Amino acid sequence: MSSAQFLQYVFSGITSGSIYALTALGFTLVYNATDIINFAQGQLVMLGGMTAAGLRGFGLSLPLCFLGAVATVAVVSVVFEQAAIKPLMGKGVISQIIATVGASFVFEAAAMLIWGRDAKTLSPFTGDTPLRIGGATLVPQTLWVVGATVLIVTALQVFYRRSLFGKAVRACAVNPMAARLQGISYRQVVLVSFVLSGVISAAAGVMITPISFMSYSSGALLGLKGFAAATFGGLGNPVGAVLGGFLLGLLEALAVGVFSAGYRDAVAFVILLLVLFIRPVGLLGARVADRQ
Amino acid sequence: MSPTVSFARRHAWYLVCAVVVMTIPLYVSDAYYLSVMAFMGSKFMMALGLSLLLGQAGQISLGQAGFVGVGAYGAAILTTRLGFNPWLAMVLATVLAATIAGLVGMPALKLKGYYLAMATLGVNEIIFILLVQLKGLTNGTDGITSIPSLTIGGLDLTSPRAYHLLVWGVALLMLRFALNLSRSRVGRSLRALRRSEPAAESLGVDTSFRKVQVFMLAAVFASIAGSFDAFYVHYISPESYTITLSIILITGVVIGGLGTIWGALWGTAAIVILPEILKRVNAGFTNLVFGLLLIAVMVFWQGKTDNVAMWLKGLARRRTAQAPTVRGSSGGDDG
Repeated sequence: MSSAQFLQYVFSGITSGSIYALTALGFTLVYNATDIINFAQGQLVMLGGMTAAGLRGFGLSLPLCFLGAVATVAVVSVVFEQAAIKPLMGKGVISQIIATVGASFVFEAAAMLIWGRDAKTLSPFTGDTPLRIGGATLVPQTLWVVGATVLIVTALQVFYRRSLFGKAVRACAVNPMAARLQGISYRQVVLVSFVLSGVISAAAGVMITPISFMSYSSGALLGLKGFAAATFGGLGNPVGAVLGGFLLGLLEALAVGVFSAGYRDAVAFVILLLVLFIRPVGLLGARVADRQ
Repeated sequence: MSPTVSFARRHAWYLVCAVVVMTIPLYVSDAYYLSVMAFMGSKFMMALGLSLLLGQAGQISLGQAGFVGVGAYGAAILTTRLGFNPWLAMVLATVLAATIAGLVGMPALKLKGYYLAMATLGVNEIIFILLVQLKGLTNGTDGITSIPSLTIGGLDLTSPRAYHLLVWGVALLMLRFALNLSRSRVGRSLRALRRSEPAAESLGVDTSFRKVQVFMLAAVFASIAGSFDAFYVHYISPESYTITLSIILITGVVIGGLGTIWGALWGTAAIVILPEILKRVNAGFTNLVFGLLLIAVMVFWQGKTDNVAMWLKGLARRRTAQAPTVRGSSGGDDG
């Protein structure tokens, strides 16, 4: 592999890695607040991309499409939380898994009924003239994706570390009961976490649509990879989620270079299974894996 | 009471069900509906295995379709490429599925809840990717065509009628086996470990062994069902064995009621008949309705009672007696 080729794979890895990082963050936010893994997380990413592409079809400007998609998914997240998560808090892992798996089916089928079976795309945010760096090419959209990811991660860190509400969310992640005794509204924390998680997922979906097509069925794979990234980095740890996302993206891109593109999707699952079997707490593991 | 009468009484439901199912070809002659019924038989085998795993032992698998795929592709490859006898191919495919389930299950079943669900999803996805990518063996997305039919002593079992009898015959044997299993020591230990693994272990149940055992059994049921379908349709392709099928099977078991073997039958009927009705409107509604049903069943029952029938009974009892209802025990199934 020449250095230019290698660089090309790194660029591609960082791009998809950003999306996995954001999806993994979505999992982490919900998991920390509720101890629930949302099996419909990937479908929220898909809904973001599809809504933006659909709005674009009505001739809306790109920033409006972005905002529209994020707002739509935020509303969907609220409805989802109220209808399916709230009644199932503390009702056992199996029922939570089944309900969120059901939601993933609902989102997918709804997207198919609304936008059809065809894959959709979106024009890049700022043109598609590729930049040439060290013999490799870089589409400007990549810079948007990576830049926005860095921005979102930083903003989240500030929110969690500095704001009172962010501290309340962290308190609930450690011990919901003790947090409530301090007067923190656990219900509010859960709702906000779901909305934030939905917003981040939707943003990831809109940003990736110009690079790789989006269709109603794209969500399942995105969700699995996001979960693989979150587990890789250490489930429940936001820094781990971002690290896991980028590492997964890079490993995937290199696997394409070394093996073949067909096995690209298998990388995430092999990593997921290896992490689960060998070191379930992940790289920066903060929690033990048998925690339900 | 004579032994015959007591036998009939004890197994009344099972016998009624067997007679009804096996006589369907007598009064249904339409080939399409017979085929739908026959496919229901193989779906029932898959759901039955999942029902033992999820309903009895409380271990979730979102990857059953992967094992269905192993059964189908194993049977297809062995017969079309190596000229094996279909029955032998089916047996070998089943052994392969059981082996994979054992190898995956040993580490995977140490995980709980979410991790087990994701690990089994991952296994399903990897099997799917291999089916698409190992083109030399599987023909990739083109699939495998001209798979031979099953025969018994020169009798070709391709007609919908013969196939119906064959598949439901085997499915009924599996049902009998599952019912017996759920009432045996094994069944009781499975339900014990669903309630509390430490408690089951302290009573002498080897929980990790039992979990792998039932996981392998579910894979065997799924694989046999996959082989039957492959021999009937004569054509298979990878997209039939995606996570979508795994989730549809979960839907069946959940609708029928977790914790009851019979539920797998009603649930299978629901997941086969509902799409037939919904596709008159728009086939796209099927998964929407399945998803909503999954959420609704979980939200409204919240694991309190084991199935719909018990919930209705509980409601009726509350209406008549105005007394608080006792949670229905999830004992072995009668049959």
